[in-house]
Amino acid sequence: MKSAVLTVFWKEVRENLRDRRTVLTTLLTGPLFAPLVFAIIINVAVTRELDKAEKPLDVPVVGAEHAPNLIAVLKQQNIVVKDAPADPERAVREQDADLVLRVPKDYGDSWRKGEPAQVELVFDASQRDAQSSVARLTRALEGYGQRTGALRLLARGIAPDVARPLVVAARDQSTAQSRSGNLFGMLPYFFILGGFIGGMALAIDTTAGERERQSLEPLFANPVTRGSLLAGKLGATASFALVTVLISIVAFSIVGHFLPTEKLGMSLELGLRFGVLTLCVMLPLVFLLATLQTLAAAFAKSYREAQTYLSLLMFVPIIPTMLLSVFPLKVQTWMYAVPVMSQQVAITRFLRGDFVTTPQLLLCFGTTAIAALVVYLVTSRIYASERLAISG
Amino acid sequence: MIEVTDLHKSFGAVKAVDGVSFVARDGEITGLLGPNGAGKTTTLRMLYTLMNPDAGSVRVDGIDAATDPLAVRRRLGVLPDARGLYKRLTCRENIAYFGRLHGLDEATIRARSAAAIAALDMADIADRRTEGFSQGQRVKTAIARALVHDPRNVILDEPTNGLDVMATRAMRAFMRKLKDEGRCVLFSSHIMQEVGALCDRIVVIARGKVVADESPAQLLAQTGKASLEDAFVEIIGSEEGLAA
Repeated sequence: MKSAVLTVFWKEVRENLRDRRTVLTTLLTGPLFAPLVFAIIINVAVTRELDKAEKPLDVPVVGAEHAPNLIAVLKQQNIVVKDAPADPERAVREQDADLVLRVPKDYGDSWRKGEPAQVELVFDASQRDAQSSVARLTRALEGYGQRTGALRLLARGIAPDVARPLVVAARDQSTAQSRSGNLFGMLPYFFILGGFIGGMALAIDTTAGERERQSLEPLFANPVTRGSLLAGKLGATASFALVTVLISIVAFSIVGHFLPTEKLGMSLELGLRFGVLTLCVMLPLVFLLATLQTLAAAFAKSYREAQTYLSLLMFVPIIPTMLLSVFPLKVQTWMYAVPVMSQQVAITRFLRGDFVTTPQLLLCFGTTAIAALVVYLVTSRIYASERLAISG
Repeated sequence: MIEVTDLHKSFGAVKAVDGVSFVARDGEITGLLGPNGAGKTTTLRMLYTLMNPDAGSVRVDGIDAATDPLAVRRRLGVLPDARGLYKRLTCRENIAYFGRLHGLDEATIRARSAAAIAALDMADIADRRTEGFSQGQRVKTAIARALVHDPRNVILDEPTNGLDVMATRAMRAFMRKLKDEGRCVLFSSHIMQEVGALCDRIVVIARGKVVADESPAQLLAQTGKASLEDAFVEIIGSEEGLAA
């Protein structure tokens, strides 16, 4: 009985190691593609953000001649004044300009009379890319306004503090790790996806593939229970998936060190602790995914049909990731009881260097393992059915 | 010895097997003859416990298939209708896989594989991956694989299907060899000459029922025909007449 399981396991492993496409997917594209793409995107995004903060900011100004002092102050702050387009609103709407500053004709009169002088800032808040430029210009303008106000009060013999009854002192409690955690919220999904892709070829090959090439019926004629056959096949599928996840974690641990996180004042916890804990919470999930894939593929009559089912199934693990990014829920204990979501939450916390309690870890591992067991029992029932064996 | 008693199997409203009984004895070749769709494959599938009969019993060497299917499978060598190989494994590895599933040790597997490869004259393909094998090479490999545990009883579903003349002759010779070794050989076919040339006993099946269970000579005597083909048509035809 036990040796039959091992016989099936080693035969599936050996046979699939001879399939170059499966090996490439398991060892190369599956585990490495996602972390690499991820690293490149982060790198580009971070570098762009940093460039913008240091570079001179180009600001098209309408009516610059009405406010020569203001313009001089802006120039001191590394802002380059440009000629404005003919229709500023339209230029901003059509993204020809990130923002336009407009100084009305009566600016000078109001300023001299001591009335609030208005300037208009034309921008599009839905343009994410322009947000940092708008914030930078707003800061420069407000700073100039505050300094001038203080000087005016001093000129009248009043302490400027009178006009500032309240001061807000910001005390940001985010740590370097937690800031990077937000940025890396997608990472757990790549590990989960890695497990899915790694097991996919075998899940299909050992069930629908075996049926399609008509080798399932002779196999069932052997004096081995179907449960043993299923166990060996599932073991092989899960092993391939596990190797993919392992390579994925190692690859990311290496790639992560090359990300410019320190420039953002962030740090990632990518040591041995991260690797071991991540592998630990991924272990039951790999088995759950392998059984789910085998179950879905067992219903399929052909290789192609199985591929279709599994591609649809691939969208299931992305649901918690999407939910968590659309509704940034506070992490609560029940989340550790939901497979996939618990891995998502736990791995994000490992990455941020946050603490996950032992009961939470056990809950994460336990519920996923139980879910895997339930799917396994359902799959073994399907496997025992007569219909499964018939090829034609 | 394989004993089949009053076997029934329906798929929905279709009665695929409707009361089949026969005995296949050791040292004899028993042919299961019938037109396509007569219920031959379904009957054989119940014999090697791939399917469970709705009613009736199967006994192999006295063991009831319903109570101990694993013991029955251990005593059977089966070449099913589906005879897919693992194309990324070599011929020898395909044989060894089934040997291990039967719990044989590696030395026995090596010896049996070597014997089968010699008997089926397939030394030239033994260590090639089975991808791209011809139909004949595939059937040889599938037979060697099915007999690796040296079973007393051999079930072959349409063994010469798709084989060329030379391969068919070799297959028939091989079946006679199995018989001479004292095994119980049961095979299905829809080819009259084949059944006539090989069988000690012919079980004719039509529409899920046994319509004749005789030796070839008795079959001819009973129908008064000169050839088995005419006898076969007579038996099946009269049955059709009764049904209509």
